Amino acid sequence: MGLISAIEHAVKKPIWGCQMCGACVLHDTGMTCPMTCPKTMRNGPCGGVREDGHCEVKPEMRCVWVKAEDRSRNWPLLPEPWREHFNNLRPPVDNRLKGTSSWLNLKSGRDRVTPAGWTPVVDESENEA
Amino acid sequence: MSRLGDLLDAGDQLIITGEAPVIDGGTLADYEAKLTEVAPWCDAMNATDNTTAHAHASNVAMAIAMQRVGVEPILQVVCRDKNRIALQADIMGVALHGVENICCLTGDDVTAGDEPEARRVFDLDGPQLIRLAGSLAEGRYLSGRTIDPAPKLVIGAVENPGTHPLEHRAQRAAKKILAGARFLQLQTCYHPDRLAAFVAALHERGFTERCAILPTIVAVKGPGALRFMDSAVPGISVPAEVIARVADAEDAAQATYQLVLEQSRHALALPGVRGLHLTDFCKDGSIARLCADLGIKPRLEKETHAHDRILAV
Repeated sequence: MGLISAIEHAVKKPIWGCQMCGACVLHDTGMTCPMTCPKTMRNGPCGGVREDGHCEVKPEMRCVWVKAEDRSRNWPLLPEPWREHFNNLRPPVDNRLKGTSSWLNLKSGRDRVTPAGWTPVVDESENEA
Repeated sequence: MSRLGDLLDAGDQLIITGEAPVIDGGTLADYEAKLTEVAPWCDAMNATDNTTAHAHASNVAMAIAMQRVGVEPILQVVCRDKNRIALQADIMGVALHGVENICCLTGDDVTAGDEPEARRVFDLDGPQLIRLAGSLAEGRYLSGRTIDPAPKLVIGAVENPGTHPLEHRAQRAAKKILAGARFLQLQTCYHPDRLAAFVAALHERGFTERCAILPTIVAVKGPGALRFMDSAVPGISVPAEVIARVADAEDAAQATYQLVLEQSRHALALPGVRGLHLTDFCKDGSIARLCADLGIKPRLEKETHAHDRILAV
């Protein structure tokens, strides 16, 4: 692990439980890390959420996406574009990025590289809350 | 070749899908016999993918078996057990056998099953899998490698209208529809108000015109099954008063049937609902009775349809 990733991990692990996926989407998900979901879901809550809003897998934990959705809607300090990105279809994770710094990947654009056969949704603009 | 695809294209007729029984041993003839309980009422049936994280005969083998006995399969694909390479291989594999219908799910976690110590995969999630299936149908693997000819696929998915975050569920369904889902089988819901709000939110935005909404109806025998679903099935809650109502009835089995019938009628009456997805826990003719009471006829045209095609070829 390089110096930058070590610093990133030291900052983000205690606050967000960062898993160092290397492709951070915290800003799109109400500052809630989707990689802390046991199913590592990047596109919203699964159908197994309990009646009390807790996780199917870890009953003691509030569902990551219940939390994300709540924060994305209600956190006053969240910039408006971040709020709007909440419903975007996020592409599959590049597993090679695990352990690398998402800050460096953001700077280089590496975290936005998708597989050649992946096509974003055409009418994403319709997908507004 | 897909009857389900034809019905989706036609845009106005009722669509009934069903959950095919899982296969744990036996022959094709045994399986054909097991299918007769629900198959006559369905336009297509789900070839399930290790339901609630229990191992069974594979979804691919099941889809091919169904195809061979004249029941149109929907290949259910979950993200729990396989990575993106294997998921693409499965879809391409059934396409070779003429299976076109694909239903994309994230899937229950391994801890819901009887081998909770297994490694979970979740290389993709449900919405990503929908888009991936769309790429295959457009003639390329996720890597970008060309598929020629591209498989014809009728892509669908699932959503749970009855669990949290409730206000977000329709939005998540919209995400799946935008990703390419043409039908959505909804998790069974014992909160009519939640189902109604969910469907209305999609209907108002025009999404029900491009995607068939199919609420699941589970035929159950009595209050015990409702209690089981409430406590053991992830994402399903059955209100205590609903369980009490059937448990306290003089004839609990009849009261349970009435509950299922009411649930079906309510779902079908919602503007934007295109049909139902049937699951049978009873295996005692309840589905036939339910369909008769709902005025749903056996989907006999299916056979005629298939024969016409054979003659045409």
